[in-house]
Amino acid sequence: MADNDALFTPKLTGRDYVTPDLRAKLTGSARFADDFRAEGMLVCKLLTSPLPHARVTRLDLCAALAMPGVRAILTADELPPPADSVSDSGAVIKASPWAERALTMEPLYQGEPILAVAAIDEATASAAIEAIDIAYEALPFVIAPLDSLRPGGANARADGNVWLPPAKPGERPRIGELKWSAAEFEAAGPDRLPLGKAANEWSYGEVEASLAQAALVLDQTFVTPNVSHQALETRSALAWWENGKLHLTVGSQSTAQTVPAIAKWLNMDANDIVVISEYTGGGFGGKITASVAAIIPALLAKKARAPVMLRVSREDEQAIGRARPSTIGRMRAGFAKDGRLLGLDMLVVMDNGPYEEQFDAFMAGRLASLLYQPQAMRWRGVAVLTNTPTRGAQTAPGGLQVSALLGPVLAKAARRLGLDPLAVCRINAPEGRASVGPPKPDASLNVATSAFVKQALDQGATTFGWQTRRSRPAPAKKSVRRGIGVATGCFVAGTVGFDGLLVITPQGRLRIHTGVGNLGTESFSDAQRVAADALDMPWEACEIVWGNTGRHLAWSCVSGGSQTIHAMSRAALAAGLDARAKLKEIAAQTLGGKPKEYAVGGQRVFRRDNGDQGLSFAEAARRAIELGGIYDGHQCPAGINKATHAAVAALAGQGLVAVARDTFPRDGQTYSYVATFAEVEVDIETGRYRIAALHAEADAGTVVHPRAFAGQLAGRSMLGIGHATRQKWFYDKEHGIAMSRRFYQSRPPTVLCCPERFTWGSVGIPDPQTPTGARGIGEPPTGAACAAVLCALNDALGDDTFLRAPVMVDAVLAAIEPEIRQATDGLSAKVSSFRVAG
Amino acid sequence: MHASIVESIRPAGMTRRQFIKSVIATGAVSSSGLLFSGPAGAGPKASPGAVERLITLDVNGQRRRVDVLPQETLAQTLRHKLGLTGLKVGCDRGECGACTVLVDAVPQYACSLLTQSVRGKAILTVEGLARPDGKLHPLQQGVLDEQGFQCGYCAPGFLMATLGFLVTNPHPTRQELAHGVSGNLCRCQDYDKILTGLMRGAEYMRKE
Repeated sequence: MADNDALFTPKLTGRDYVTPDLRAKLTGSARFADDFRAEGMLVCKLLTSPLPHARVTRLDLCAALAMPGVRAILTADELPPPADSVSDSGAVIKASPWAERALTMEPLYQGEPILAVAAIDEATASAAIEAIDIAYEALPFVIAPLDSLRPGGANARADGNVWLPPAKPGERPRIGELKWSAAEFEAAGPDRLPLGKAANEWSYGEVEASLAQAALVLDQTFVTPNVSHQALETRSALAWWENGKLHLTVGSQSTAQTVPAIAKWLNMDANDIVVISEYTGGGFGGKITASVAAIIPALLAKKARAPVMLRVSREDEQAIGRARPSTIGRMRAGFAKDGRLLGLDMLVVMDNGPYEEQFDAFMAGRLASLLYQPQAMRWRGVAVLTNTPTRGAQTAPGGLQVSALLGPVLAKAARRLGLDPLAVCRINAPEGRASVGPPKPDASLNVATSAFVKQALDQGATTFGWQTRRSRPAPAKKSVRRGIGVATGCFVAGTVGFDGLLVITPQGRLRIHTGVGNLGTESFSDAQRVAADALDMPWEACEIVWGNTGRHLAWSCVSGGSQTIHAMSRAALAAGLDARAKLKEIAAQTLGGKPKEYAVGGQRVFRRDNGDQGLSFAEAARRAIELGGIYDGHQCPAGINKATHAAVAALAGQGLVAVARDTFPRDGQTYSYVATFAEVEVDIETGRYRIAALHAEADAGTVVHPRAFAGQLAGRSMLGIGHATRQKWFYDKEHGIAMSRRFYQSRPPTVLCCPERFTWGSVGIPDPQTPTGARGIGEPPTGAACAAVLCALNDALGDDTFLRAPVMVDAVLAAIEPEIRQATDGLSAKVSSFRVAG
Repeated sequence: MHASIVESIRPAGMTRRQFIKSVIATGAVSSSGLLFSGPAGAGPKASPGAVERLITLDVNGQRRRVDVLPQETLAQTLRHKLGLTGLKVGCDRGECGACTVLVDAVPQYACSLLTQSVRGKAILTVEGLARPDGKLHPLQQGVLDEQGFQCGYCAPGFLMATLGFLVTNPHPTRQELAHGVSGNLCRCQDYDKILTGLMRGAEYMRKE
């Protein structure tokens, strides 16, 4: 309907406030999944595989079941077959025969759950597990991707070792076998990735011709680490059944979307599932829709006829809690004299783990095309199956890796060409509606909605003092080497098409129902500020309902891939505008005139030509209930997700119910970017180094909540620093056993790891393709910070002195004294950087 | 764990190995975390040699009578028997600090303390910080004003570690406070904002 008012006036948007969840976190009253209790609750423990690949050949539960206090044991053959799922558009997605299941009789990695015991307490459950008679047949296993690609190398699964593209159009990717020749390994040598056949490939432009005309061609191999998500809250879950309905408390990155995920895994009706996820103790991509392990207590609760709590230990979390896949990249990059990237030929081998195909390698290629804008590019990738824990998306999947793989290549090119690394970053930075690979069927490229990376580099360089630091003399202390680095990072930062739902109550308050997960980004609340602004509503009069699908939540995006602030601020705005329109219609029907003759403000809807004539929101809400139909939720508009539809039906009659799907236009793909600058000081006597300064400058559109934005920018930068400096997996490759199973064996950065001077900023230029101007910020700082630190270390230690991240003390010492370097057993992310002789 | 503490509370007839094993409750098989006795209604305990003893604890200024197993950790007692779920168990091995409480004003990892070893001592958990009328402790208020923490799972541990540190150093520099809470992990890595909030809270405390 015609309405010439601004979509919203940002009175709340862009300002700091106290989020509605914070007080509970600080007083201990916030309830995470493990904090819930139920009368008669049983406790569940897991029996997990001691072998990296095995088949269970004997399983006798009699002794365990006979123990007092043991109530039920769940095995893999009792799991329901996974159901097909249906997309929003109605397309049927067939269940994958290769998908991970909650329990298995053929474990594909050490630590994979085989069965679960429910007992009256953990001691009883633990004793029962010890009483189980189980035998295994050990099967071939492989820990490192290149070992599997070698001729005669073991396959992680009986049916193959890599993910292959679909055999026919419209089919799913499949698992098959791929081996490289001995000659290809020999030609590459120990420190370069062999150029064997890849499973997937795309290209645009004339790559070889671009390389041929380049002033400088670099051929670089680099390895990025496996890093577990290590959310501080493990994936514990409590399940109980009431009148045929499953109630599940679980940590999740989406309250709304966890329901269909659980329904799929349990092969049951989503209408019979209530998910309670008020607080989630960290996700980072590892709890996108909770995890398949959550169905274990659900099934045990049904079997034992009692509530069951699965409490996951830190060791089990390390096994089943997901991890970022390591990658091995080989990049041939051709540069013009001015540093422009003319051609890029990129091969990425990814350690996929044993189950679903991960997309880090693919995303690394896609984001390389965006972040460095090569004039011609070829990407090739292969996802190799290994008998190591299941991988999953972790903050900037592929985005972290692409910056770590290519950021140092740009810096090296700058040094070889006698250029400022900042200038090389800048000349290759995406700008405006920058192009993004892979090419579409018509050979054209996609475009980004916007990019202001050059502005971020300029602004960041000024704040960091890049030129001043670059021109400083070397430290007086001879044992100290200083280095500086600059790098960029990016990731997708927005989606569209989700629902907003709110109620103006007869008390005149605004109640916003959101299915967004609450994992600490605060976007579950921040995005709703836009709806309040659209109605000129003071925040004190607003209430957010979240974290329990029994409280009727709107269909919302998952809080992964930095999409929430973009997607859900659009959805909130859509609902806010629907409320505004309905307020005006109600006023016109009640007081006369046409809706367009009314305006909304000050918690009233009133005539534009006579402000005294109008209705308060409370009066309008009561009138909405009298009018019924679309005004109080008894009718729901078309195009709304069925989950939202059900929520609206449940809320009908409670006030003015506004509901709308985000249909705002968007042209292009939404990405955010960060430019990060780092300075390191390396003690060449001890190999230790410190990050003396780090500055992250964001290009993420309008900042909706400055403090939350800063927390994301700084926190995700620290995540990247962990990848650059200290976090990786160690493995006993002979037996296929993980050595990194606790925090202290792969310790995340602590407060003492923060850069000594740690600053950030944002260019704050609104994205023109979304009405709020906001893009996500959670992902891109990670890769930028990781790469900036690696570049600074290269600046201090020299090029080609280390070939994998993280750079730990041994790698620094080996960089300084190459003669003590010993070759490792191949390019693997699961060994120490270099062994030091003696 | 000190041998003397073990010996003083190990029940008769229970070997030292049985006792320690029942505390750790892992062995060759995988475990799901704590050895805990479950909530009310969870049934009898099955730990070998386990006999609960009724003891009195001083928690948040209140005397709490509670049945405690000899191998029970303070984290288990507080979370599962006294309903004080503010402290979190992130690792159960003293690596993350999420379970930090104050025992006689000293920060301690509750996952690594046997409950029977803290009889007669003043235990303060995060639930004991705010006043009964709901007014936040100045340390909490400082963090609230700065929007400290992200997911908040580590928040109670950080608050208690800070409070204990401020007892010994009420005027810390930012770097000194960082060292004071360096035994606490924040996986959201929100350290900078957390420190800002804690420093603000320390400032509020000095003004009170």
